[in-house]
Amino acid sequence: MDKGFSPVGLRVLVVDDDPTWLKILEKMLKKCSYEVTTCGLAREALRLLRERKDGYDIVISDVNMPDMDGFKLLEHVGLELDLPVIMMSVDGETKRVMKGVQHGACDYLLKPIRMKELKIIWQHVLRKKLQEVRDIEGCYEGGADWFTRNDEAHLLGGGGEDVSFGRKRKEFDFEKKLLLQDESDPSSSSSKKARVVWSFELHQKFVNAVNQIGCDHKAGPKKILDLMNVPWLTRENVASHLQKYRLYLSRLEKGKELKCYSGGVKNMDLPPKGSEFSSVHQSPGKNSYAFSGGSSDPKQLASSSVSDPSSDVHMPPKAKKTRVEFDPPISSSCAFDSLLSWSDVPDPLESKPQILYGSSFLQQQPLPSQSPYVANSAPTLMEQEMKPSYETSVNADEFLMPQDKNSTVILQDLDLSAPSAISSINVTNDTESILRSLSWELPESHHSGFIDTDLDFSWLQNEHFLANTGVQNFQLQDYSCSPSLLSELPPHLWFGNEPDEYTLMVDHGLFIS
Amino acid sequence: LMTAKSLASKETVNGRCWFYSDDDDGISVYLNRELHAMNTVVAQLQTQFQDYLVSLYQQGFLDNQFTELRKLQDEGTPDFVAEVVSLFFDDCSKLINSMSRSLERPENVDFKQVDSGVHQLKGSSSSVGARRVKNVCISFKECCDVQNREGCLRCLQQVDYEYKMLKTKLQDLFNLEKQIVQAGGAIPQHFPSYTILRPDIRPCLDA
Repeated sequence: MDKGFSPVGLRVLVVDDDPTWLKILEKMLKKCSYEVTTCGLAREALRLLRERKDGYDIVISDVNMPDMDGFKLLEHVGLELDLPVIMMSVDGETKRVMKGVQHGACDYLLKPIRMKELKIIWQHVLRKKLQEVRDIEGCYEGGADWFTRNDEAHLLGGGGEDVSFGRKRKEFDFEKKLLLQDESDPSSSSSKKARVVWSFELHQKFVNAVNQIGCDHKAGPKKILDLMNVPWLTRENVASHLQKYRLYLSRLEKGKELKCYSGGVKNMDLPPKGSEFSSVHQSPGKNSYAFSGGSSDPKQLASSSVSDPSSDVHMPPKAKKTRVEFDPPISSSCAFDSLLSWSDVPDPLESKPQILYGSSFLQQQPLPSQSPYVANSAPTLMEQEMKPSYETSVNADEFLMPQDKNSTVILQDLDLSAPSAISSINVTNDTESILRSLSWELPESHHSGFIDTDLDFSWLQNEHFLANTGVQNFQLQDYSCSPSLLSELPPHLWFGNEPDEYTLMVDHGLFIS
Repeated sequence: LMTAKSLASKETVNGRCWFYSDDDDGISVYLNRELHAMNTVVAQLQTQFQDYLVSLYQQGFLDNQFTELRKLQDEGTPDFVAEVVSLFFDDCSKLINSMSRSLERPENVDFKQVDSGVHQLKGSSSSVGARRVKNVCISFKECCDVQNREGCLRCLQQVDYEYKMLKTKLQDLFNLEKQIVQAGGAIPQHFPSYTILRPDIRPCLDA
């Protein structure tokens, strides 16, 4: 870890088309003992930055530039160089500030700028450096970055399948906002010209690529993109997908201990095939739920979800609509926990099927919108949750939805007519998230048995993150949820995107409101 | 003590002051008087400077940003403020000219361009604390928003007047500074607070 960081001599690049401001800022920054380079044009700034990739520590730029939109410059710098960027403007309109945040600005200063604001910009540089170190450590130490407890360290470290996400990641706060705003604001990201629909197959390629890269090398968007070999996909698409994937995985870890409602609920109406679920019960202290499913069901689910990519995939914008039962927001981590459990494969899961029912969600808060694959993912996650000792291999397909893995969701013994079981279940926020995961749209065949819920999985956007690669070595029960990640982001904000009219198929009968 | 012999005179030869007198007393008396006179002059100039500066705030020409600029100035850059405001005035002139061109023909006004110009002017004026200029920009923008050419022309005229007025005022201030330095004095490090001088007016920015 870098302990020798000093704000003195910080290399700042100031970009502003106003010569008066440029001169003033230069003087102010010099007074802060920084090393200042000034620039009057955005293109010139980019040129300078590219010329000396490691030549600057931070960029400060005005929003209104004549040759290029300040936000565009911000994106370029963020993507290509991953330097912290501070935006400036005379205009302090919330919308503009939000736009800055969305595009990844680490701060937004209003003009006239005061000395005290410039005196602390070094903190952004230090923060970023610390994150880098954490990310790298996480890669080599089995996810130290994401697991705040030692006993969780082995979760990712074991199977060699965990993915190193190498590169730096943005400030969590801004990440949150990014997730929040990204899909909701149609005018927001200029980088999202055409929204990429992360279909199951596409995501599978993504995860395969990530796995291929492994932990030893940093899995950056460029490498992943190359491996995926999808001509129309851009590095930016991969980068944003990767970011979400990482977030998802990290939240999985945090939410391990949370009660999760397995996606089994969705499969309630499915004929249990080789169902292994025997009862509904919560593991003591963990309240994890899992589903073990017969092979046929997963297939059914898998195929059905696959078959409706267009309808399911698209992550609706944000309509955080939750049906009655799921009004309270579910902590995001929970949702991912459920996702995780889905990745589990059948056999190992056979041993302990556990099912959480929706009643637990009653106390939950509204869930963010969900992706259509909730149904598929939930059961997997549930399974995962239920098999603490089981190391499931996370595969790409499972990340998106349980495929023809036996693990699928089979709300086996979920007896639709047994609300009592449900009501007995404790409700926690974790459950909420699982519930959320359940709200993913199921294929028609499953619709009947599902409760309508609009869960907000907006962060998944069109991607179905059914945890895969990162989940492999999860020892579910060994997870202790570290609250830090969770607490930073209110559950209903977790997924960022506002759900669109997402109708979830959950059997109302299962949930006691 | 003031005998004829004590009278001395001063002459500047080759940039240096020479004092002539018949005796030493005359010289020292003369020097003392000079110094005293100089001190008085300096003191007077300094008071003049201070009063003038404060009046500019009181009349709303300048706000706290100008104070910040003066604080930034140091021995290494003694002309910092003068240079910055000079850049500002150049910018004003340029922007006003281009906006004037855009507003010229009533049938073909590029309000977008005018709006952009106003925005830049607002940003610029906020950098030096040119309060009146900035305020005109606010009204100017409103006229742009509703595409009121007449209003825009009026604002353009006003902004032109205001920047030129400020330019004159600041020139006088800088001249006073120069005189003080030439008189051997130091420029008062007085930093008036706009908010204190104009309590009746809510500061646009804040402290």
